[in-house]
Amino acid sequence: MRSTTNLDEAARVMTICNACRYCEGHCAVFQAMELRLEFNTENLDYLANLCHNCGSCYHNCQYAPPHEFNLNVAAVFADLRQENYAAYAWPAPLGRLYSQNGLWISILTAIMLGLFMAGGAVLTGADFFAAHPNQFYGVISHNVLVTLFGTVGILVLLALGLSIRKFWRAMSLPSPWSLDWPSVWMGVKAALSLKYLDGGNGQGCSYPNEKPSMLRRWFHQATFWGFMLCFAATSTATVMHYGLDLPAPYGYISLPKILGVLGGLGLLIGPIGLLMLKRRADPAIKGQSNSGMDTSFLVLLFATSITGLLLMLLSKSSWVGLALCLHLGFVMALFLSMPYGKFIHGFYRLIALVAFAVEQQKHQAVVGVSQANRIEMENLS
Amino acid sequence: MSISTQCFDVVVAGGGQAGLIAAIVAAEAGAKVCLLEGAPKSYRGGNTRHTRNLRPMHDGPLSVLSGVYDEHEYWDDLLRVTKGKTNEPMARMMLRESAGCVDWLERRGVQFQPPLGGTLHLGRTNAFFMGGGKQLVNALYRWAEGLSIDIRYDAKVTDIAFENNRFLGAYVGDECIKGKTFIAAAGGFEANVEWLREAWGPVADNFLIRGTPYNRGELLKLLLDKGAMQIGEPDQCHAVAIDGRAPKFDGGICTRVDCVSLGIVVNKNAKRFYDEGEDFWPKRYAIWGRLVAKQPDQIGHVIIDTKSKGAFMPPVFPAETANTIEDLAIKVGLDPQTLKETVDQFNAAVQPGDFDHTELDGLATAGLEVNKTNWARPIDSPPYSAYSLKPGITFTYLGVGVDQSARMLMSDDKPSENIFAAGEIMAGNVLGEGYLAGIGMTIGNVFGQIAGREAAKYALNH
Repeated sequence: MRSTTNLDEAARVMTICNACRYCEGHCAVFQAMELRLEFNTENLDYLANLCHNCGSCYHNCQYAPPHEFNLNVAAVFADLRQENYAAYAWPAPLGRLYSQNGLWISILTAIMLGLFMAGGAVLTGADFFAAHPNQFYGVISHNVLVTLFGTVGILVLLALGLSIRKFWRAMSLPSPWSLDWPSVWMGVKAALSLKYLDGGNGQGCSYPNEKPSMLRRWFHQATFWGFMLCFAATSTATVMHYGLDLPAPYGYISLPKILGVLGGLGLLIGPIGLLMLKRRADPAIKGQSNSGMDTSFLVLLFATSITGLLLMLLSKSSWVGLALCLHLGFVMALFLSMPYGKFIHGFYRLIALVAFAVEQQKHQAVVGVSQANRIEMENLS
Repeated sequence: MSISTQCFDVVVAGGGQAGLIAAIVAAEAGAKVCLLEGAPKSYRGGNTRHTRNLRPMHDGPLSVLSGVYDEHEYWDDLLRVTKGKTNEPMARMMLRESAGCVDWLERRGVQFQPPLGGTLHLGRTNAFFMGGGKQLVNALYRWAEGLSIDIRYDAKVTDIAFENNRFLGAYVGDECIKGKTFIAAAGGFEANVEWLREAWGPVADNFLIRGTPYNRGELLKLLLDKGAMQIGEPDQCHAVAIDGRAPKFDGGICTRVDCVSLGIVVNKNAKRFYDEGEDFWPKRYAIWGRLVAKQPDQIGHVIIDTKSKGAFMPPVFPAETANTIEDLAIKVGLDPQTLKETVDQFNAAVQPGDFDHTELDGLATAGLEVNKTNWARPIDSPPYSAYSLKPGITFTYLGVGVDQSARMLMSDDKPSENIFAAGEIMAGNVLGEGYLAGIGMTIGNVFGQIAGREAAKYALNH
């Protein structure tokens, strides 16, 4: 059981919030809180991952600083998330990468860019700045790419999977085979629609400032679906390559290109919008320890997208080598940082939202409650 | 002394809901408005910051409210809680006007909480502000800024220039802010401990103030000194029993202790003094402030056993707990023998019956000097828990008289020509005694709108 100053502060804050409850309409955090009388490591990690750091509860709080109760749920949970991302990371020592996250991701990116540049230059020699008949495969061959990214992909999936399993267990969820699927679907729906970025009544949350706004929800959707479309583009291309014997490069009117271009645009608009909002956001709700985690993830997504689109435009020109190596460097850095950066938040939020749906279904706390100790809360007025 | 050359149409003193609404209504009617908020920006909004809902009349479903809450039922409720200490024509006018409150606020960016199912059962009579009163405050300040109202923080009115029952200007320190009309919306005096002491004697030193420390009643005193008609008495206040460890000011809603009806309450001599199970807690919490205020040192202790754990809203401070009544007594500073005797006598007096906290279950004690008439379960299952209680003042009733157009009345019953009042400073006109959840915000809202409208009308015609 972890015991830290972040957890102590989160427990203090939640105890006061639980006696007030004015914010119960805003989001799942407060409705989940109301099912509890006491706060511990598991249920605070759960509540922290239900929090989307929108700031509505901070701006509307009668006990926000300078009040002596000094409540700032958004900031407390931001710090606690940073801490529990590290705590659930696999392998455990790499959890340390969550502190100074922006710094190490920058270093990683620089190294990856350097390696791909050098690798590309070595592989093509004097032809690095030349056009190739089979476009980018002329710089680095298909098989080399598959081997490289396949291996890294497996390692990344393993690290992600084991981190997620640890968090899943902490959330007291049953094995995936005995899940209550209607609840899971509710959780998935809440996650996909970013339900709790609507402020609780469809008018938006207090981000970047006190005035309710839906901007963050839209930009986040652009980012998320942009990512998913790019993922779909890659998957389609894989099927076409291996299943239909239709190797790349593909024309502009092809499924991988259409999906990839749309996704790429989402990954330009979304991250830029989110970065702009983040710059303008009230520093009070950001917490102390983010250390560039959000920003580095958004910048990597943006860089991956813009270099990908550039590569597409330049793939027949003599700049293809440079464009490819740039793109691959960013993609590799993004891949490697996935289990140890902001990317993980999507899974933890989804799991927390599924746990929330289960609890709402049962009208009972599940996370952080030992079976013998569960209190029937139905009689609570 | 500096006198600004600028003359406003309407000068509003007080930046809580009533003052904000008055300022907005006046500005929307075309008046040039100055809003003087006595608190700094971070504490703006007076006690509106601590509120949660208002209570509008409605003849059918209204926004987040279900069903019907008509004038007839509303008036009955008001008559019951005030025991007739109200002004019927004015109160009925207010009830009817309240039907438009929710819509008015929603059009200006205030959000109400959609029903959540289960947590609170006031979905018919009370419309809850999303996130609480501070959200309303923030939204209305944004709206007021959009109307170019001159908003000044840290601007407590220290004097008013007043001639022949006419307002000329308001002093904020050395500066005089001139205006054609004045709207007094600066709340009551509950945070003015010296004034409370005048009314209550030294016991007032042990009162906790649940709301803003800025409601010191300076403007109310000024107006009464200038000859305004007085409504209510200085010793009238809405006082509930709150956790004795709450901060002196500004503890707000979370300091309430909701387990009185589940246990027993003793004073510092470890003796019970009132029927804890007289009625449902929401109907009784408001008398316990006064009850505790009458006990020695103005302190009480509510004692429950483990059977009651989880059956009430979780309190903000942890209970003192112990496995024996004697140990619990020592922890909270009571005489162990006396408390043991009190609990033993109580337990022995419990009559047979079934406990049901959702109804008046008649589970009572018999033969005690002070019997508990409902929910009287023996206190016999350790661990035992104790919460200390002190009187917490929510608001005061003393105010200035107004007529139905929110014009302030002078002590000769004649309305002042250009002074209006809205909110807690005049709430006693309608609510002479008692309390209904959300009625304070409803009064502030309706009279804020009337005062703003009438002040603008006067100013634009003179």
